[in-house]
Amino acid sequence: MAVTERTTGTPQPIGFRQSPWGRVGTVLRWIALFIAVVLFLLPFYLILRNALSTEADITAPTWTLFPKDLQWGNIPELFNDTQVPMARAMYNSAVVGVLGTAGQLLLASMAGYGLARIPYRHADKIFYAIVATLMIPGAVTFIPSFIVVSSLGWVSSLRGLIIPTLFSGFAAFLFRQYFLGFPRELEEAARVDGAGHFGVFWRIVVPNSLPFFAALAAITFIGNWNSFLWPLVIGQDSSSWTIQVALSTFITAQTINIHELFMAVAVSILPLVLIFAFLQRYLIQGVTQSGIKD
Amino acid sequence: MSAPAKTSADPAVAGEQRGTRRRRQKGIAGNTLWFWVFVGPFVLGLLIFSYLPILWSLVLSFFEAYNTATPSKFVGLQNYVDMLTDRNFLSSLGTFTIFAVFIVPLTFVLSLALALLVNQVKVARAFFRSVFFLPTACSYVVASLIWKLSIFNGVRFGLANTVLGWFGIENIAWLSTVDPPWYWLPLVTVRLWLQLGFYMILFIAGLQRISPTLYEAAYVDGAKPGWQVFRYITLPQLRATSVAVLILNLIAAYQAFDEFYNLVGNVNYARPPLVYLYGISLGSIQDLGHGSAGALILAVIIMLVTLLQNRIFGFGKAGD
Repeated sequence: MAVTERTTGTPQPIGFRQSPWGRVGTVLRWIALFIAVVLFLLPFYLILRNALSTEADITAPTWTLFPKDLQWGNIPELFNDTQVPMARAMYNSAVVGVLGTAGQLLLASMAGYGLARIPYRHADKIFYAIVATLMIPGAVTFIPSFIVVSSLGWVSSLRGLIIPTLFSGFAAFLFRQYFLGFPRELEEAARVDGAGHFGVFWRIVVPNSLPFFAALAAITFIGNWNSFLWPLVIGQDSSSWTIQVALSTFITAQTINIHELFMAVAVSILPLVLIFAFLQRYLIQGVTQSGIKD
Repeated sequence: MSAPAKTSADPAVAGEQRGTRRRRQKGIAGNTLWFWVFVGPFVLGLLIFSYLPILWSLVLSFFEAYNTATPSKFVGLQNYVDMLTDRNFLSSLGTFTIFAVFIVPLTFVLSLALALLVNQVKVARAFFRSVFFLPTACSYVVASLIWKLSIFNGVRFGLANTVLGWFGIENIAWLSTVDPPWYWLPLVTVRLWLQLGFYMILFIAGLQRISPTLYEAAYVDGAKPGWQVFRYITLPQLRATSVAVLILNLIAAYQAFDEFYNLVGNVNYARPPLVYLYGISLGSIQDLGHGSAGALILAVIIMLVTLLQNRIFGFGKAGD
């Protein structure tokens, strides 16, 4: 880090060269980073601390950094509590997360491929009709969507939770842009060998686009798992609550034990922490793709 | 399109020529068919779950519709007039405005600062990036729960009150004191914690696209490291990213629902538009006529703000 090292003239990644103030600046930056890390990790620590505490430990008049002793029994207690449909809610969230993600990617990738690669006179108009839906802010359509879904009789059902969310104009748009840039040579080779659109798509395009699919899948799954407004609107019966709706219901309820609630939170974020651990690279790709091109 | 034409191009037999045309025509018809096989299911879903709801909602907004999704009595523009003169609806727009004034600049500055910090670190960069990005894994419900029951709990064992207690400051009832409005602190910080990492990633991607030669050129021209370089090289080069961050952030703020619903509930002092609309259209009286009118007004406002922002910041240039 010494100033003398800089004689080679290699540019700094961002463009802050060290001035005479450099050392002080470096120290200040590390302090800022350290404080930020503590602040960002604190809520995770609080989840773990409270999830493994007794009720008395959480509500003690003086707050302590560590609970008196760890209560692993809180895990079975949570799942055995008959008032709390936690297992059911986890199951619903898993089904919504997996089927919703798979369905959305399948539909959007096929639509994106058709728009990008299959010549059709009115393809432009169809594309504009899809892009136009991006103009309408997602969250304000919950009332109209509720009206349609309730007249289909899908309130409080997994169908009602999943099917209306499958048609993401934004995902179709991203896939179209991606397939426009997909190398044509690969497809042509397969076509000469006699493959049709379907064969080319399934055997050439999809297998060669797996990183892109993984990126969008990670983003979509997290979005589905964490989504709240739509499941709240549709899940009017506790059998169709997702984990988010269940947690929300217990925040305002008076009878729930706080330690159980925090254990439920810990359990609910576990799948996502695993996704983060294993798919971080794809996840970041997905964020940059879906963020910038919006 | 090219596949049938190409294979038939090489044998120069006369009889084959007719076959070529037939095949080409069949190819075009086949393309149309395949286009709809690929795009059709998606478009059908979009019609049913996007276009139909909006149209239905538009119709419903001109009718009286209590507890029913079928229009019962035509009232013309009355629902719109009611909503635009409804004190609660207007104050919900005010709540949003205050929220946006806090959240948009704070998110912009802090996520850019985090991106710069992380990008400058030479060791364990991936670790720092992961730490700041990790809250993205939490939902608003989860975060609200931590904020409400642990950090900003209004009683003695709340973490914020514990810390204040060290300095001899009395307990603050964070989420239920209207005057002074302490509820803004939990509401704003919960969103900052959840979304800073996301926008930081966008800024890091933007920073990495800046060519190092630009910085070299600046130094050759005698630019001072630090603020000058940041002001005249880094910031202008981040223009596209900055616009995206501002617009995404503002739209997301307009759609605030989860943390308000879970932290303060349906209360008239801190209620953004969506919480209010949720209350009238799915509460005890399901007033879908007024709800639809309110939702459409909100949609129009968001679209206007977005267009205006595009105009001001020149979003058209954001592509390059």
